[in-house]
Amino acid sequence: MSNASSPSLAAVVAEPVEKGNSLWHDAWLRLRKNKLAVFGMVTIAVVTVACVAGPWVAVYGYEQQDLTNTFSPPNAKHWLGTDQLGRDLLVRLLFGGRVSLGVGLAATFVALTIGVTYGAVSGFFGGKLDAVMMRTVDIIYSLPFAIFVILLMVFFGRNIVLLFVAIGAVEWLTMARIVRSQVMAVKKMEFIEAARSIGFGRRRIIFRHILPNILGPIIVYTALTIPGVMMLESFLSFLGLGVQPPMSSWGVLIKDGAEKMEEYHWLLVYPAALFSLTLLSLNFVGDGLRDALDVRSSKD
Amino acid sequence: MLRFITSRLLQSLLALFLVITATFFMIRFVPGGPFTAEKAVTPEILRNLEAHYGLDKPLWRQYLDYLGSLARGDLGPSFKYPNRTVNEIIADKVPVSAELGGLALSFALVLGIGLGTVAAVRRNTWMDYTASTIGMFGISIPTFVVGPLLVLGFAIHLGWFNASGWYGPLDRVLPAFVLGLAYAAPISRLTRGGMLEVLHQDFIRTARAKGASEFRVVTRHALRGGLLPVVSFLGPAVAGILTGSFVIETIFQIPGIGREFVNSAFNRDYTLVLGTVILYAVLIMALNLVVDIVQAWMNPKVRLEG
Repeated sequence: MSNASSPSLAAVVAEPVEKGNSLWHDAWLRLRKNKLAVFGMVTIAVVTVACVAGPWVAVYGYEQQDLTNTFSPPNAKHWLGTDQLGRDLLVRLLFGGRVSLGVGLAATFVALTIGVTYGAVSGFFGGKLDAVMMRTVDIIYSLPFAIFVILLMVFFGRNIVLLFVAIGAVEWLTMARIVRSQVMAVKKMEFIEAARSIGFGRRRIIFRHILPNILGPIIVYTALTIPGVMMLESFLSFLGLGVQPPMSSWGVLIKDGAEKMEEYHWLLVYPAALFSLTLLSLNFVGDGLRDALDVRSSKD
Repeated sequence: MLRFITSRLLQSLLALFLVITATFFMIRFVPGGPFTAEKAVTPEILRNLEAHYGLDKPLWRQYLDYLGSLARGDLGPSFKYPNRTVNEIIADKVPVSAELGGLALSFALVLGIGLGTVAAVRRNTWMDYTASTIGMFGISIPTFVVGPLLVLGFAIHLGWFNASGWYGPLDRVLPAFVLGLAYAAPISRLTRGGMLEVLHQDFIRTARAKGASEFRVVTRHALRGGLLPVVSFLGPAVAGILTGSFVIETIFQIPGIGREFVNSAFNRDYTLVLGTVILYAVLIMALNLVVDIVQAWMNPKVRLEG
């Protein structure tokens, strides 16, 4: 499957030292040379581990209140201070990270599944079906979607499943466009003709022969979707429409912090810093992947 | 060209109709109405209120009535602001949001195109890297993080600006800056990419050979082609600035249409929700159409397909 990918990569793989999958190996080597991408990967790994493990080892619970010790600045007992109910900010930050990262991954998965399937079908079958499917995407694209998500969240309660669905429903459009244009390019190649001549079914050709060859763009765009999704989640939480108390997410913490920043600046600064650092890292990795896999940013 | 515009207009009308219908029925099928929050309304008063606003009629009838008055340009009375029509509220709030959006967009264009052009002309120098880093920060960090942090720094600690409000010219600075910054970043990236492609082409070499100064080559010859990617980004960008202003208007307590929209959704002010949604939908669709036409005008190679 490696030999049919983008020609420039094949050209770069000059000496076939590696026996197995030299395309991916080569991309990995290139990614490792990219300092920003490595920084991003390390940061994401550390943040993820801290968010998953942190709340377990912490001495405070994320909703454990201490009303005698509210708005305490960072100190030895509470490293990042406490909030208006005396809850430990560090623990809430790590716990909120679980929610933010979880929403980011889950909604990206929704967008990925819908987008890839839709784009592949549209690109593979072409003709009238393609025209109708892509016109539909165009129309949906032109709708004020942030507004719809807000309405959905206001009217249908603020549950987390709906949050996934709403965000995923917004984010699949671009994926569908990218996958479609890639599929249209690949399906004309000879090995697809060969697969057809053997008599493979269309489903098998799409999923076993075409999709593996356009994994590069899919991976890159998926990586770049995650920070976008996390931004949307925190945007909704910031407007008070996302995750509800006593749960927290980074958006919720930033919103709370912004309300109290005049006197208790640490409540804003630490969540904002961690959120920004994570988003930056995710974008560094996405950009690094784009360079490493040599994916040109195409518009449609 | 005419065929393209007509077909696009029809498409937009269809989309608009879908938006109106979907929104209309969505807000009616959820629990709670505009008057449920009111304290202790007797059933009689409730019936009178509903009769007054036509809420007692069957739903399909209300829908047709709404479409009818919409065709006459009447968005109906607001449920939450007594004696005010949605048209009045929109006319009241839109100028504020338009001013904010206009300032932010101008700032984003000047900064984005400037940074992107410099980065492309001085490729792989420290200027290029600085511009890319600024761009990365702008893309990664959302407005609702930048906004409060800048308020904390410049308004609360340094005291240069008011933390919120919309009175003097100074009150425009921080909101427009924050809103514009988020769009300067992608604009600078697109400009850089577009310029790099154009600067390699033959007509640029010709211009240089004829002795045109570097400044003239860049501004008069390269920018026109180099800005094509930016033009196609403008549609989504303006849409983003419109919706982005929800957050900015909330943070800075600006009395614009974005804050009104979020409030109206919370208040279940049916007509005001619908009115603002229609306003946004029409704006965004019109902008996309304009962008497509401008793009075709700037580059004859972009073929218009209906």
